Amino acid sequence: MGRVEGKVAFITGAARGQGRSHAIRLAQEGADIIAIDACEDQPNIPYPGATEADLAETVRLVEALDRRIIATKADVRDFAALKAAVGDGVAQLGRLDIVSANAGIGVDPRLTEDVPEEVWTDMLDVNLSGVWRAAKAAIPHMKAAGNGGSIVLTSSAAGLRAYANASAYVSAKHGVVGLMRTLALELAPHMIRVNSIHPTQVDTDMIQNEATYRLFRPDLEHPTREDFAPASQTMNALPIPWVEAIDISNAVLFLASDEARYITGVTLSVDAGSNIK
Amino acid sequence: MGRVEGKVAFVSGAARGQGRSHALRLAQEGADIIAIDIEGQIDSVPYGMSTPEDMAETVRQIEALDRRIIATKADVRDFDAVKAAVDDGVAQLGRLDIVSANAGIFSFGESDVLDEQHWQDMLDVNLTGVWHVAKATIPHLKAAGGGSMILTSSDAGLKGMANIPHYVAAKHGVVGLMRTLALELAPHYIRVNTLNPTTVNTDMIKNAATYALFAPDLPTAEQTLENIQPRFTAMNALPIPWVEPVDISNALLFLASDEARYVTGVALPVDAGWLLK
Repeated sequence: MGRVEGKVAFITGAARGQGRSHAIRLAQEGADIIAIDACEDQPNIPYPGATEADLAETVRLVEALDRRIIATKADVRDFAALKAAVGDGVAQLGRLDIVSANAGIGVDPRLTEDVPEEVWTDMLDVNLSGVWRAAKAAIPHMKAAGNGGSIVLTSSAAGLRAYANASAYVSAKHGVVGLMRTLALELAPHMIRVNSIHPTQVDTDMIQNEATYRLFRPDLEHPTREDFAPASQTMNALPIPWVEAIDISNAVLFLASDEARYITGVTLSVDAGSNIK
Repeated sequence: MGRVEGKVAFVSGAARGQGRSHALRLAQEGADIIAIDIEGQIDSVPYGMSTPEDMAETVRQIEALDRRIIATKADVRDFDAVKAAVDDGVAQLGRLDIVSANAGIFSFGESDVLDEQHWQDMLDVNLTGVWHVAKATIPHLKAAGGGSMILTSSDAGLKGMANIPHYVAAKHGVVGLMRTLALELAPHYIRVNTLNPTTVNTDMIKNAATYALFAPDLPTAEQTLENIQPRFTAMNALPIPWVEPVDISNALLFLASDEARYVTGVALPVDAGWLLK
């Protein structure tokens, strides 16, 4: 029997990267999936966005596990679209137990005084307000079912400490912690648990791009993944440059499962010790 | 295949309560066990501590799962005894991968009236005893090329609580010790984390002395579990009075397993949201 057998999980940003990994890991353990992704390039972000082909691949991978998945192209900046996608998914799959508010955009590195208004606003709109909208869309279904549930918000190591040249990202991810704690208090009487996850660098497109390489290796004209690795490793206590998406998924699975039935209000770092350095 | 299949775990305070539950949960998932407990009384502790019969029952339950267990009567205040038990267990079981520094005591008294013996016993067991366990096991974990050490702290390791200054100080100290160990051992791929439980349903809280602590306003005859229960519930965000030992064990299993291979330096509350309140 799977560790989340018979449950239904809603995942934002599910087309690729961590979100796809979460969908697969939860499906492996018996969950059906409601998936959304913007499937578009994001403005002011120095790497390409996910595509509809990416989301279709997530669907294929979940269905290959004999689980059901309802996937919708929807942007977390659009509450009406989110609400419709969740409502449709719950109508088809019958319930909602788990929420992974995972969708997020990465850093366009700049000093705080050089951040343009629209870059700041986009960051907060996706990485903080988008998390709130995902929760807002899901909570009525979880309350109505009366089964309790588990909401996992993806923050970051940068949700608990600062990094230079990433003030909008750091601010949004800190905001996610405040939102998590508030939701955990509000939803505790309904036995709905809310926790946040705080990854160090994860080996996905969000960090594996030239802008991030340049941020970490300003000394090189054309830094590569291999040049980036030792610089990235200096963030961590464990001698590794980054973690894999599956490591975050395993933490999401733990928090989503009944093994964590009394864990709420927690900031869970999956960060190779970056927070203690 | 079990989630800690083929691994060997050391558990202090394994005769009953959380320690026994940890041993059982890890054995269910494929680990062999090295167990110690004081199997005796400390005079400043206001409830009955473990007995040789308790440890015999832990051994019986582990062996019923077809796992091996090497159990030794040893007090965590006695480093030589802890070291001998660890060395003997590793000699017989072949390796060491997981350490649960779980042994602990509870007593109480306001700071200005607490006597020297209560203070010293608490620090000796709940803080120095944890260091002794770490010190005795680290050489074996280094020899194994990695591992997971889980120190049992408490929500009282992260916030203050009246009437238990020595407990709060010792459990805070465990968090500091964990963070230091996590840094020191990261180069060896040894991860170190704490568990920070709320009230757990064990003999440590289910005793007349604890009832009196939580209901000083009631006549002795009314200081019953039934009357105390709402007061425990009021401490938590989730509407429950306490968690069960298996809830702590499930969190320990996650941290012990390879699913948490990059989780280190983390204080993980299993506290029904107590810290939020």
